[in-house]
Amino acid sequence: MSELASESSTRRSARSAEVAPRAAAGGATFLGTPAFPIAAKAALADAQLRRNLAHATGTIRGKRAAVVAEVANWEELRLAGAALKDRTLRHLDTYLTQLETALTKAGATVHWARDAAEANRIVVDIARGHGTDEVVKVKSMATVEIGLNEALADAGITAWETDLAELIVQLGHDLPSHILVPAIHRNRSEVREIFLREMGRAGRPAPPDLTDNPADLAAAAREHLREKFLRAKVAVSGANFAVAETGTLAVVESEGNGRMCLTLPEVLISVVGIEKLVPTWADLDVFLQLLPRSSTGERMNPYTSMWSGVTPGDGPQEVHVVLLDNGRTDVLADEVGRQALRCIRCSACLNVCPVYERTGGHSYGSVYPGPIGAILTPMLRGVGHDEQVDSLPYASSLCGACFEVCPVRIDIPEVLVHLRSQVVDAHRGRPSLQGAAMKAASWMFGTSARTAAAEKLSGLGSRVLDRTVRRRAPGGRRALGSLPWPVSAWSDARDTPVPPPESFRAWWSRTDGGRR
Amino acid sequence: MNARDAILARVRTALRDVPRDETPADVEVPRPPAPVLPDRVELFAERVADYKATVVRCTPAELPERLAEALHGVARLLVPTDLPAELHPAGPELVEDTPLPVTALDAVDGVLTTARLGIAETGTIVLDHGPGQGRRAATLVPDLHVCVVRTDQVVTGVPDAVAALDPHRPQTWISGPSATSDIELDRVEGVHGPRTLRVLLVG
Repeated sequence: MSELASESSTRRSARSAEVAPRAAAGGATFLGTPAFPIAAKAALADAQLRRNLAHATGTIRGKRAAVVAEVANWEELRLAGAALKDRTLRHLDTYLTQLETALTKAGATVHWARDAAEANRIVVDIARGHGTDEVVKVKSMATVEIGLNEALADAGITAWETDLAELIVQLGHDLPSHILVPAIHRNRSEVREIFLREMGRAGRPAPPDLTDNPADLAAAAREHLREKFLRAKVAVSGANFAVAETGTLAVVESEGNGRMCLTLPEVLISVVGIEKLVPTWADLDVFLQLLPRSSTGERMNPYTSMWSGVTPGDGPQEVHVVLLDNGRTDVLADEVGRQALRCIRCSACLNVCPVYERTGGHSYGSVYPGPIGAILTPMLRGVGHDEQVDSLPYASSLCGACFEVCPVRIDIPEVLVHLRSQVVDAHRGRPSLQGAAMKAASWMFGTSARTAAAEKLSGLGSRVLDRTVRRRAPGGRRALGSLPWPVSAWSDARDTPVPPPESFRAWWSRTDGGRR
Repeated sequence: MNARDAILARVRTALRDVPRDETPADVEVPRPPAPVLPDRVELFAERVADYKATVVRCTPAELPERLAEALHGVARLLVPTDLPAELHPAGPELVEDTPLPVTALDAVDGVLTTARLGIAETGTIVLDHGPGQGRRAATLVPDLHVCVVRTDQVVTGVPDAVAALDPHRPQTWISGPSATSDIELDRVEGVHGPRTLRVLLVG
């Protein structure tokens, strides 16, 4: 086993190494992923992962800050983006039927899918109807969410991911860990190893003298994928935006793999979440300014493709659009959480998040990682029946950087706190350790005599601990590491400060308020 | 109930807090003023070049010579059937996209087109695949794209471009050559689209 393989299997210990990566039934999470605190602990121990992430998020933060600073009216653009999305969401039924009419008029076939299974069945049936055993794919979060590749595989159809990062994830039998750059956890030497080992099994092999220079790696991907682009009959995409007024779909990308999939095959199937709508063509100008600068830190991404249905003599002559719900109407029904549907998947919130930067995307066990995933996934899946999903609203320090950076002003901390209360409500009635501890604390603080006695005990314990504890919390205060059960539930993910040797009240009476 | 009606019913139930008489226009949208920039043509040239594309400014009279330079080394050049005759360069063999099969697009050395407009603020060239611009695949499969943009086609910002474009036409917005930042966020030019973009800015 190569060094790389052993390293990546350590990484995968964050989830169950035996379970093949796969979206859970219903979507939005990955099967076999433990709750966030457990997965995060494994990720924090991986120094290589933390190095890869710190470098990548640091780079993109700098680029984004520079291009956002160029725009004099950035704050006004954010307000416009948020208001336009709110307008769309509050009248979503109107805009959905308007989009359907415009698309049909432009020669597209519109399908509606209540859930992942229904969406997958529609795509599989279309591909089967054309007798193909492969499709080429443009990077799309919605299709990862519904587990489309796995559903196609079950039907004997191979889905080829054509975005470079998605290709790295697919060839590496790995899971995506970032919304924009799903292979952000891999460095160049890991990518080289994956290409050398796996490309030959999926088509044209990588050249044997492949270096780990990113330009050479990109060239290998170009050669490997070109034969697939040129022969593909059916392509699958998502859409960044769908214009209700005109039926225009937009795909924003960098590499040209999107343009390849959108224009060369005979049949195009686009899976579009119902939150992707914008009311009018003119409204696109706001989002085409907000998205690239927030996402890749560029003034504009290299390629944006826009199309409305079928264009005679140019591009696919059979065009399907699958409008996907899969939990989005549940998010819409949550008046506090609804704002999460404004999300344009730029991933700026991931790159500024101190929790994401240290634990990486896999720890979230969610198709949508980072701060936006911590609110979107629990709302798409519902809280109260999956420990892993319920852990996500707690995967945050509530520092607020995600809100500051969000181009459509989603108040992620507000929604996190709101969801925490939903998780607590969902578990109410069951005896909990936290409840017992709070009851005990309430009894202890109930009278001043009990409180004073507890302080005395705590001071005594502190003097003992002071001699034995060597760990220091940031700021220099002595801290305890992991404690035995049941307090381990608290201490496994946090340092517990050693209590002071003397309480303030004891100090006050001993020194007469500092006079003695 | 079919999926369409079920989803629309779910949407309406989810939005029970929205007053029944509210219209989309009742949700106010502040529109930021469009940017005003001093010399948009100069800025366009600068920003296109910033994306690792080559930009050459010339007068109409100089165009044939500049075109020949931009196409140096190209033996077989793909051209849209309706490319204006004055843009036909001397030198390379011209291959008209009649339309050709995709494999034939992969076998030429480059493609020459015009554009619908250019956006100064972002260094973007927009094709709406009208006359002289070819179908979408023509500017995608060959490895070199030479694009002629007139200075009077350059608009200031994205809002001006959106206002000028026809949403019913397919569009390709191009900002520099194909690029990726997927490996350690190092920007690498050239993945699946043309690895070289040369812009001739005429006027």
